[in-house]
Amino acid sequence: MAPLANRDAKTIHSSVEPLGETGPMEKHPAPLTAGNVLARLAGIGVLLLAVVGAFLYLGGWFSPRKLTPVRFVDEFERVNGIHSGFRRNHAKGVGVRGFFDSNGQGVRLSKAVVFQSGRVPVIGRFSLGGGDPHASDELGNVRGLGLQFSLPDGEEWRTAMINLPVFPFKDPQAFYDNLVASQPDPNTHQPDPAKGVAFIASHPETARAIGIIKSGAPSSGFDNSAYYGLNAFRFVNADGASIYVRWALAPVQPYEAGSGASVDKNLNKNFLFDGLIASIRQHPLQWRLIMTVAQPGDPTDDATIPWPEGREQVDVGTLTLDSVESEKTSPARDINFDPLVLPAGMAPSNDPLLSARSAVYSQSFTRRAGETKEPSEITPAEVRK
Amino acid sequence: MSASTTTDRQQFNASMRFLHWLMAAAVLTILGIGVAMVASLGGYHSLVSIHRPLGILILILVVIRFVNRLRSTLPPFPATMSPQERLAAHASEVLLYTLLFVQPLVGWAMLSAARYPIVMFGSLHLFPILPHSVMLYAFLRKAHTFLAYLLFLTFIAHFSAILFHTLIVRDGMLNRMVPWRVRAR
Repeated sequence: MAPLANRDAKTIHSSVEPLGETGPMEKHPAPLTAGNVLARLAGIGVLLLAVVGAFLYLGGWFSPRKLTPVRFVDEFERVNGIHSGFRRNHAKGVGVRGFFDSNGQGVRLSKAVVFQSGRVPVIGRFSLGGGDPHASDELGNVRGLGLQFSLPDGEEWRTAMINLPVFPFKDPQAFYDNLVASQPDPNTHQPDPAKGVAFIASHPETARAIGIIKSGAPSSGFDNSAYYGLNAFRFVNADGASIYVRWALAPVQPYEAGSGASVDKNLNKNFLFDGLIASIRQHPLQWRLIMTVAQPGDPTDDATIPWPEGREQVDVGTLTLDSVESEKTSPARDINFDPLVLPAGMAPSNDPLLSARSAVYSQSFTRRAGETKEPSEITPAEVRK
Repeated sequence: MSASTTTDRQQFNASMRFLHWLMAAAVLTILGIGVAMVASLGGYHSLVSIHRPLGILILILVVIRFVNRLRSTLPPFPATMSPQERLAAHASEVLLYTLLFVQPLVGWAMLSAARYPIVMFGSLHLFPILPHSVMLYAFLRKAHTFLAYLLFLTFIAHFSAILFHTLIVRDGMLNRMVPWRVRAR
């Protein structure tokens, strides 16, 4: 009902006008016939149904096949199971800390405070792709690095990068369909290889991306991997000029090909994480943050396609990571490395993956936030070893 | 007093009517955005980017509106309303004001507990009002959904009542709040 409560009308007005609690009687219109009343009630019902229906429509209730964040994360859970308190993807990980030293070269690309000369603190998390928090490390696993830059004006920049130079899926639907194809068969408890083959056959862009990915052998560890932001972003500088960029972290640690020893079954199941821990304790690890600037016509909406060789690359500063800790104590566990947490001066491109990543990460974060936090594979004891 | 006073007493004053319709539009918009964004992949980011500052705008507006209401003279209830209806109207008004105040605060608190930056636009952002706690976030996130449905149901009740009075009882109740001036009959 309208805001009608009206205790004060009498008291306020009594000194002015001798009117009662209620308004003056109105001339009442002619009474409605029973049929009229019914018709008007029906009209009210239709109006209410329309309003409720519009909201249900907006909420996707009438499109049960529509791909939503909830259905996306449900599919992750069907493939990987539910591991209480863990991310639905990139479940296995460790926290790191360090800082980013900007050299000021990025200022002409973006007005984001992070590119002004100076140092900002960074919290990060190394991870392996997949939803099993206790999976054995494999050289061929996707390696992830999530970073949160805390800017001096209170803004934040978060990015979630992986060690692949291109992404195998061009849009959320392709990612989802591949996830469905990799779902374990209820009888064999293994994914059906035929479904994977069928997926690749119907997604030539994925086949091309895998070709690019396979052309480089994975490095020996987290510390000498490059990490790629994959999606294009729009940068706006202080003059209002806007460009598209993709970013990558190039390791200062020299590349070393992963050794064949890693297929040794006796190898520690956490060899990649243990290698990282040992390496970071020897010396701080460093990466150059490289911005690749698009030319007009370069695809900004398709992360499966690399930009042509020879694009301008701007080294905007150095990331240093100098401490590592178990997720048990690291603040990184409770951070959602949402790629669309961006400071002013950085904005999403038209890549459909970006908003979808933000939405699905958020859904995964919300689910795990309320769950009991089971111990991570990389325990505080593992880090101290 | 002159006839214009009678007109004033039939209708909420101009500032109250303005705030009512401004907030009605804002609240319906934010409810629609809220229900759409949680079901959307492609539109999620744009919708959330509107939802956050719009919620804070509603928080500011409800405070202004409450103060304005305390300072305003209210028109009387129509004679067609029974004491029970007046009680229900008053209770629903209290509930609406409470929800419009609490819901944006829960949203702000929830983002604070999740340690999301609370970006309004550009580099303008709000300070967190709770410490980083994902358990707290999980609770507040559920509360935000629950309160949104409660707000929507309260709106539907409010809308139903005004339609019933306007179309069936025909006591001109809607005239009390319409944006234009309505002369007393």
